[in-house]
Amino acid sequence: MADTAPQIKNLSINFGPQHPAAHGVLRLVLEMDGEVIERADPHIGLLHRGTEKLIEYKTYLQALPYFDRLDYVAPMNQEHAFVLATEKLLGIAAPPRGQAIRVLYDEIGRILNHLLNVPAFAMDVGAMTPMLWAFEEREKLMNFYERASGARLHAAYYRTGGVHQDLPAGLTDDILRWVETFPKVLDDMEGLLTDNRIFRQRTVDIGVVTKEDAQDWGFSGPMLRASGVPWDLRKAQPYDGYENYDFDIPVGKNGDCFDRYLVRMEEMRQSLRIIRQAIDKMPAGPIMVEDNKVSPPRRSEMKRSMEALIHHFKLYTEGFHIPAGEAYAAVEAPKGEFGVYLVSDGTNRPYRCKIRAPGYAFLQAADYLCKGYMLADVVAIIGSMDVVFGEIDR
Amino acid sequence: MEGGFWTDFAWPAVLLVIKIVAVIVPVVLAMAWLTYAERKIIAAVQLRKGPNVVGWFGLLQPIADGVKLIFKETVIPSGANKVVFIIAPLMTFVLALVGWAVIPFGTWDGGKLVVSDINVGILYLFAISSLGVYGIIMSGWASNSRYAFLGGLRSAAQMVSYEVSIGFVLITVLLCAGSLNLSEIVLAQKERGLATVLGVPALTFLNWYWLPLLPMFVIFFISALAETNRHPFDLPEAEAELVTGYNVEYSAFTFALFFLGEYMNMILMSAMTSILFLGGWLPPLDVSWLNWIPGPIWLALKISFFLFLFILARAAYPRYRYDQLMRLGWKVFLPLTLVAVVVYAGVLLYAGWLPK
Repeated sequence: MADTAPQIKNLSINFGPQHPAAHGVLRLVLEMDGEVIERADPHIGLLHRGTEKLIEYKTYLQALPYFDRLDYVAPMNQEHAFVLATEKLLGIAAPPRGQAIRVLYDEIGRILNHLLNVPAFAMDVGAMTPMLWAFEEREKLMNFYERASGARLHAAYYRTGGVHQDLPAGLTDDILRWVETFPKVLDDMEGLLTDNRIFRQRTVDIGVVTKEDAQDWGFSGPMLRASGVPWDLRKAQPYDGYENYDFDIPVGKNGDCFDRYLVRMEEMRQSLRIIRQAIDKMPAGPIMVEDNKVSPPRRSEMKRSMEALIHHFKLYTEGFHIPAGEAYAAVEAPKGEFGVYLVSDGTNRPYRCKIRAPGYAFLQAADYLCKGYMLADVVAIIGSMDVVFGEIDR
Repeated sequence: MEGGFWTDFAWPAVLLVIKIVAVIVPVVLAMAWLTYAERKIIAAVQLRKGPNVVGWFGLLQPIADGVKLIFKETVIPSGANKVVFIIAPLMTFVLALVGWAVIPFGTWDGGKLVVSDINVGILYLFAISSLGVYGIIMSGWASNSRYAFLGGLRSAAQMVSYEVSIGFVLITVLLCAGSLNLSEIVLAQKERGLATVLGVPALTFLNWYWLPLLPMFVIFFISALAETNRHPFDLPEAEAELVTGYNVEYSAFTFALFFLGEYMNMILMSAMTSILFLGGWLPPLDVSWLNWIPGPIWLALKISFFLFLFILARAAYPRYRYDQLMRLGWKVFLPLTLVAVVVYAGVLLYAGWLPK
């Protein structure tokens, strides 16, 4: 009686896009045998805003704020990749003070990102307290953002050739003071998680990625380093003076969720080291290249000089032209290698701007990572992947 | 015919209703402010303020929440089995309430302050808490939602496994107390125990079973966490995985009933732990001014202590995975309690400490 035999089929679940652990708008179609995952099929595009296309219709200056809106957890790190690409095409570099400010805010961004990811990950496995502890610190960091750029989140602070404004008086002292107090918060968080037996049971040997697989899937950042590959663009191909800073690259051993957590925790401590050095060694001088073709003239000059006024007008209407050519610039964003591939046709707008988001590479491995684990592990794995849909869907 | 309708039926019935109301009203009120306490305590752990707008220090927040939930619309999903869908939360709520029938609150003029002083009180409680799983399974099934369904399945497996170890823990207590009557268990902790053996009968807290049965006490409390679906065993309603599991489709008062039921179960389990291991309504020291404080207050204090632990556990711990929870229940607690039953029985028998 073949046709009356019970039909056994896998349970398929729509994990997201409305799901507390979907980290935004991930739609993961899970095919499960009981609680065990047979297939995980990530669907993306629910947050697609056409950033890359929009950028083609904007001047280089107008294109910059779009980068804040990609990975909105650490906005300035994305801006950095874009300004580096434009600088590469223009053949200029930011002055030392501008570079130091960028490094400072890159590292603040890294802490911002990890402070969101680590407790969100903890929350995914059920610990809800670290989230609120971390958010208090994030709030302070966003204040530093605001004091430098005027915006808590969408900073639009980096500029081709430097940064928009100099740091206000007293800001670096406040950052240094915060650097002193922050390790205590990290210790508290670690006290709640690192040696917690349940946390370990939930994360150790979950979502293991081998060294080779991590490279084959195109992983970067903590996802790659947790698997034991000491690859960090700040060391491998330093930009904006990273070679002058003394810091270590934490590397994991097993490539599981727990290692990724540990790598991120340690990266925060290393970022503190960089922040301290950046402030201590912060040179005086201009924050932007003094070429009025790319950087705005000083206010005071504009009152006197007709030419400065014209420069200002041209810069903020037409924008600057970039010689034809193409360039790829990548930064070590908190999530991994964030790259911008710019094609210029010599006009004031990019011909093409391809964005390489690290999270995209992580998400494509969702099936590989989740298969054979249980539903609860999927949550942990996605949490440890550190995906933000702003950058994946673009 | 002696007595008559009034003395035989009506008057005892009225008395019983009065007793029931006298138990239920404080319990429901306690439950309401337990939610407040939970939010305040977790807020303190998380460096927040918690509810502080409605009333003084936010003390009226539970009322506001309750009113809100009552006035919202009860949404019944189109694919749901309506009857079961409605019965499930009622069941959870009612079962959480009826357990209180056998909880003794103290003694008064030689009588016991308890709604129903039945001799198998502990079995009754055990049965009631086992039935609690039905509310969750029914809701999980009736919702016709996959998340709810998974939550219901998890909960069924979880509660059944931890009841086994709870059962064995209860047996060790019974061996020590020699009675299934909860009042007798408390009284047994008053008269015999470590303090009497050591010759310091005033230190009644040493008499209580938490000390001689310490491992059982710990296992019982952890199992109570699992039994009430609380952190770190809140898998049936794991927010990050199953959204909220079995009650995901519930809204308004049907949801409130689940919520009430869950918190009432917490209080019930805390009461059970206090009675079995912390001497119920007994004061910690047998001195006159502590004895003067009425028993229900002592019991309330002990219950509050356990509730505090319940809440702290929620603030501090991540959540187990389904199979890890099962492993803990079947591979750790079950063998431990099994061995403990044999060991305790043996010790009691050979030392001649078995209750007469």
